[in-house]
Amino acid sequence: MINREAGVFHTSYESDMALYALPLAKITAWGMVALLVLLPLPLSLLQNEHLMSIVNTIALAAIGAIGLNILVGYTGQISIGQGAFMMVGGYTAAILSTRYGMPFWVGILAGGAMSALVGVLFGIPSLRIKGLYLAIATLAAQLIMEWTINHVTWISGGAQSSIYVQNPTVFGWELDNEFRRYYLILVFFLLAYFAAQNLVRSRVGRAFIAIRDRDIAAEIIGVNIFKYKLLAFAVSSFYAGVAGALWTYYLRIANYENFTLVVSIEYLAMIIIGGLGSVLGAVLGAIFIKLFPIALDLTVIGISEGIFGVRYGAVADFLANFQLFVFGALIIVFLIAEPEGLARMWENVKRYFRLWPFSY
Amino acid sequence: MEFFFDLVTNGLLVGLTYALVALGFVLIYKATSVINFAQGDLVMFAGYAAAVMLGMRGMPVWLMALVLAVGMVVLGFVIERGILRPLVGQPVIAVIMVTIGLSFVLQGLVAILWGASTRDLPLPVRMEPYILGPVFLSPINLVAAVIAIVFLIAFGLFFTRSRLGVAMRAVADDQQAAMVIGIKVPRVFALSWAIAGLAAAAGGVIWGNMLGVDTFLALVGLKVFPVVILGGLDSIAGAIIGGLILGAVESLAAGYLDPYVGGGTKDFIPYVLMILVLFVRPYGFFGHETIERV
Repeated sequence: MINREAGVFHTSYESDMALYALPLAKITAWGMVALLVLLPLPLSLLQNEHLMSIVNTIALAAIGAIGLNILVGYTGQISIGQGAFMMVGGYTAAILSTRYGMPFWVGILAGGAMSALVGVLFGIPSLRIKGLYLAIATLAAQLIMEWTINHVTWISGGAQSSIYVQNPTVFGWELDNEFRRYYLILVFFLLAYFAAQNLVRSRVGRAFIAIRDRDIAAEIIGVNIFKYKLLAFAVSSFYAGVAGALWTYYLRIANYENFTLVVSIEYLAMIIIGGLGSVLGAVLGAIFIKLFPIALDLTVIGISEGIFGVRYGAVADFLANFQLFVFGALIIVFLIAEPEGLARMWENVKRYFRLWPFSY
Repeated sequence: MEFFFDLVTNGLLVGLTYALVALGFVLIYKATSVINFAQGDLVMFAGYAAAVMLGMRGMPVWLMALVLAVGMVVLGFVIERGILRPLVGQPVIAVIMVTIGLSFVLQGLVAILWGASTRDLPLPVRMEPYILGPVFLSPINLVAAVIAIVFLIAFGLFFTRSRLGVAMRAVADDQQAAMVIGIKVPRVFALSWAIAGLAAAAGGVIWGNMLGVDTFLALVGLKVFPVVILGGLDSIAGAIIGGLILGAVESLAAGYLDPYVGGGTKDFIPYVLMILVLFVRPYGFFGHETIERV
């Protein structure tokens, strides 16, 4: 409180490009990591697997959202096909581990790689088309892949297009409850988060941003658009593939219904509400989008039972539609009120308190 | 060969109704450069409203059509005013997302207001098909085609003959230049949404009658994308021809390929076609190829 910073002064290029502008930021980051590692402790004392599963879902969603944000937020290539890329990863992992007996980590990496390959394939049109046309092309990618996986029985395993997988085992530990699976997901989440943070401040990341801001200008100053656009698709799909594979191991089933068009749109909503072009934003968006329906459910059920005395069953139908309605309205309101999302709000809050009692 | 003709004719008729839905989409894109992901949901909304109105006792069809048309025009205005106008100048992704948000709102709203169960939308049209030699024509398809043609001709005349139509084309061509010569651009934006609402009303009644009205009616909107990509996002003639091509291709694919792959090619072929077109001719057959400068 006494000792206040008077600004951030960089004296070398290295310090300007550093991941953490201030020592405090580094401490906060490690603090957060420690917090995440210790998170299951209180929950396991409460024996609350349900809460843990919510956290797991959020962490999984965050991996996919970070990937999408690299493509959409940093490179400016709109994709409505994140769900499809996750689907590719998920099925690849499921097929490898059930039919070929591969360990889970091979499945996850192969899922990411396969998805990256498919992503590059569908990214090729992005070299000629952009903006709205690209959005539609990725939409087609989503629909084509949903159809393919549903209709090619070799991939989908026939019945209901779902493949069951075993719990992954790490050093003889079977990941058979939410708390154990959490650590698997956490490792990948942290890797995803810090890899993305580092990627976007590197040469590659700067090329992405240049393409986003004005691709022709970027080309003129020597950014190889062909290479970097495809790279963005590859990286983003790799993230999606890893997230999809993790989903599969987490749910112990690969099913296309977890990766439909609605899911793709949900991921877009995450990064828009969280903040385009911000890794932290993607995580905040994932938290928000995943927690919001739960909170809404509890509120509506609370109101209907508490005030009107209606049982849950009577409102379940209404609730699903009401959720959809509020979800849509929320996206609209966010875009109009705070187009830069939660990440910007968080920045504003931080800025306010940085100088807090003497903010003038 | 007879089978082929039957498929093509019916495909073309269905294609006309695709063109009708695509028309609203193209109009909005042409005038305001907004991709409207909620076009299918507007169609669904119109279908629901029509079904609900026809369900009321003693509501004649013409009155329903009138109320629906006026209502959808008003809805178009409201959407433009309330949602799209604050986003002028925002990046493409924000605009896309806001129409996606709108589509969720409409879906949720419709289900809350009128329930999610499938409703009939009975029109006074006979059910038995007309048989012309080898070709079976279902009357509703013919009616739909007639409505679509009337709409398309009316819009064609509107854009070439009326002052307002010319103003809309001017705005589509160059917003700044249009503003300079005194065209009220916001008014044109609102108008294009209103017309899109009207096109959705027609589409909603026709598709609602053919498929039955429930929230799945909105999936018609997904079919619009291949149509407009084929024809070019900003071409009205392209929307019509794209619709016809897509209708025919879809129908042929369903007729010839379905037996081999076990159905569902209808939902698959259009998108493959679209991706191929994007590779070869990214701006469609009639689309305006933009030349970019730094």
